[in-house]
Amino acid sequence: MSRNAAPGIGYEEPLLFERSRPGRRGAEIPASDVPPADVAKLLGPLARTDLPGLPEVSEVDVVRHFTRLSTWNAAVDLGLYPLGSCTMKYNPKLNERVARLPGFAAAHPFSPAERVQGLLALFFALEQLLAEISGMDRVTLQPAAGAQGELAGIMMIRAYHEARGEKRKRVLVPDSAHGTNPASAALNGYEVVSVASGADGILHPDAVAAAMDEQVAALMITNPNTLGLFERHIAELSEIVHAKGGLVYGDGANLNALLGIARPGDMGIDVMHMNLHKTFSTPHGGGGPGSGPVAVKELLAPHLPVPVVVRRSDGAFAWSDDLPGTIGRLHGQHGNVGMLVRAYTYILSLGAEGLRRCSEMAVLNANYLLARLGDVFHVPYPGTVMHECVLSDRSFGDSGVTTMDVAKRLIDHGYHPPTIYFPLIVPGALMIEPTESESLEGLDRFAEALLEIAAEAKSDPDTVRSAPHRTRLRRLDETLAARKPVLRWQPDEPSR
Amino acid sequence: MLARAGHASLDELFAPIPAALRLARALKVPEARSEQEVFEHLAALAARNEHAQAGPWFLGAGSYAHYLPSAVDALVSRAEFTTSYTPYQPEISQGTLQAIFEWQTLVCALTGLEVANASMYDGASATAEAALMAMRVTRRRKVAVAAGLHPHYRQVLETYLDGLDAAVVTLPLAADGRSPVPAAALDPEVACCIVQQPSFFGTVEDLRAAAEAAHAHGALLVVSVAEALSLALLEAPGALGADIVCGEAQSFGVPMSFGGPHLGFLAARTAHVRQLPGRLAGQTVDAEGRRGFVLTLSTREQHIRRERATSNICTNQGLCLLMATIYLALLGRRGLRELAELNLAKAEYAKARVRATAGLSLPFSAPTFNELVIGLSEPAERALDRARAAGVVAGLDLAPHAPALGPAVLFCATELASRASIDRALGLLAGAST
Repeated sequence: MSRNAAPGIGYEEPLLFERSRPGRRGAEIPASDVPPADVAKLLGPLARTDLPGLPEVSEVDVVRHFTRLSTWNAAVDLGLYPLGSCTMKYNPKLNERVARLPGFAAAHPFSPAERVQGLLALFFALEQLLAEISGMDRVTLQPAAGAQGELAGIMMIRAYHEARGEKRKRVLVPDSAHGTNPASAALNGYEVVSVASGADGILHPDAVAAAMDEQVAALMITNPNTLGLFERHIAELSEIVHAKGGLVYGDGANLNALLGIARPGDMGIDVMHMNLHKTFSTPHGGGGPGSGPVAVKELLAPHLPVPVVVRRSDGAFAWSDDLPGTIGRLHGQHGNVGMLVRAYTYILSLGAEGLRRCSEMAVLNANYLLARLGDVFHVPYPGTVMHECVLSDRSFGDSGVTTMDVAKRLIDHGYHPPTIYFPLIVPGALMIEPTESESLEGLDRFAEALLEIAAEAKSDPDTVRSAPHRTRLRRLDETLAARKPVLRWQPDEPSR
Repeated sequence: MLARAGHASLDELFAPIPAALRLARALKVPEARSEQEVFEHLAALAARNEHAQAGPWFLGAGSYAHYLPSAVDALVSRAEFTTSYTPYQPEISQGTLQAIFEWQTLVCALTGLEVANASMYDGASATAEAALMAMRVTRRRKVAVAAGLHPHYRQVLETYLDGLDAAVVTLPLAADGRSPVPAAALDPEVACCIVQQPSFFGTVEDLRAAAEAAHAHGALLVVSVAEALSLALLEAPGALGADIVCGEAQSFGVPMSFGGPHLGFLAARTAHVRQLPGRLAGQTVDAEGRRGFVLTLSTREQHIRRERATSNICTNQGLCLLMATIYLALLGRRGLRELAELNLAKAEYAKARVRATAGLSLPFSAPTFNELVIGLSEPAERALDRARAAGVVAGLDLAPHAPALGPAVLFCATELASRASIDRALGLLAGAST
């Protein structure tokens, strides 16, 4: 077994509620300097009497509980985390420190603009940087994640068509797209039409032309796509859509391949979101918070969410709601600002050359892994990839070993598995995105682990099929979880 | 590496991109700077912002200044939590999954409902998603909204509903500052009534009556909570008949951060679980029968169901959920209750002082939690500017949000407010200059 994972002491830990002991507490409340409130008199039947569902634990209980839980997670800071289309790159520590400065972390969204000029200046500068990087004209920072950005983009597309007196009904989405694309279009009331990718894994002009008519509001496209392939017909695809009055939505999930190399705005994309938690290194946090700014061409600028940041003639920054064509407000306040601070810090740290270097190394790393693995693993779409590559389990033939088994066996080697069974057009897909953060030695160790598993699939398939073997818990029964949902702890649940 | 990858140069790696689409110049992004230089630049920007640690602070309205126990940031800063992804591979994500399961349990306990998801973006989008869920459950397309719903939540709701052939009607504000749900204002087309508890104006609503009115027409009652600490003191909305409870849990240990990232939550009844948006962690067993946790019921979600999903949400507010779970564990059964009572006591003290201060008034008589409307005898902007000049942020000017009230501020007193600072803030609002 490759020398990445090592044995060590792990800890068991019950649920918080099972640790609870009457009378314990982890925080003291300050003494009151005002008269006590008579809850019964003030609130009567509106009040509750107790919080029996909350635990009673000490501070050290809480610290040990969550520290132990943390040791059960894989993480970028522990090692390679090659989830395709998720861009699990290193998150610099400076970003965390800066976001915690009280001038950012303790600022309030209702402070008057003239009292938070540092934040508005940051918004304005970040908008300009993201516009330059994407090749677009204007940016909104409100969307809290990529999917909310998609929704904002689709809403702006609807507003654009309606402003021209058109009510279009359909949105085209390639069959290789992320699930959020069709879900976002449907959430805003559009009918979704799936467009098949060609035999070479990319979208072809004839397929889009055949689906395109005056009822189609937009084509949503991810470039590079989820196979890691650059959609090289993108300019022609955009022309076909534009010729029928439609717009082109760009899913920026894979922007990490293109920084300083090429810009979606130069390819006919009219509106796109960027995932700051992917390309711009804000941490994923076990599932957020993310941030999904949306960049648009000038033709969609009248429909941006409000408020927008404007620079007044005296140089000061202000909020403006004066945008008659706006889709309205999308976020309760100004978006996931803490993530904006981190992404801005990242861009300033890297500079133009550093950003380009990120994409060069991310693409080199993906192609290097593909070259090292492609002789042994089936490669459904051969050729030069961008920032990620897709393999499949077809090479395992009748050994019975599947992509799921390979993924679980990788865990025994100390790696988080790649994205699996996605994109849907590749049966048994293993989608690997190493990012620029990995060294040659790190990539070699990972490749060797995968090659070792491929050999093991032939010599000892049962070991692969029953992986993981070295984790605290063995393979978990997802079918049971869905068939008999237990979604919260209850005192009378039998403990196991 | 290049040779192994079969290429002669880095440039050649990008050959799949047609030359005409390549950027022929460098990005107009400033040159790289050292960590020290970037830190100094950001620290200078931070120094130009008013914030709640600089002096007395009485501004709430959806983002609340509470004391953050040290253990919260220490624990969420662990890279195993911060730099992990959504727990799709449960065997190496049990830390995140167990914390989500604990969060779901805590939300159920606080709301009095049976199932809670693993977070939404914020209180505003959680409220919009609750309305969409109610429309799916009832197959109706009309939403009745209390006047006391946070104005930004209302705006986001309208944004989400635009394009969906849905109607929004507003329930009127009563003289006591509450938004009762008159049965006569509803009809069989209404999917849900959305009532904020406490309301944007700080008043505590009669949820039992609202639930009865909604249910009489076959509509759901959605209760939206912007100040989650109130749940420790007020009767659980689920126990009073609410069908969906959603809102903002930023008060549970999440920094205000200029309005985000915050922590949307959403809870419902088991009968409606298939219509719930967002992720869910569930209990199961491993191959040897030991308890573990996985993401479950994902056939509702976009990565499986695509255009037929209950929502498009994917990445949510995972790390904020963890902050809140740690916060609630620290405060616990008794601490959270005591904290809520202290907030109530501070606000009641402020109320008593307002009654005794010439030039200030209490336009509403309904009970409140930690936030109240104070009527002024001059434009609020002027009074708030005077307070700021003395270093006190004395509330929110209600003129843009509720002009019919006349000059008024929304004033929030949490555990951070000392008696002396309340006296001083009210004095400033009443006309004093220091």
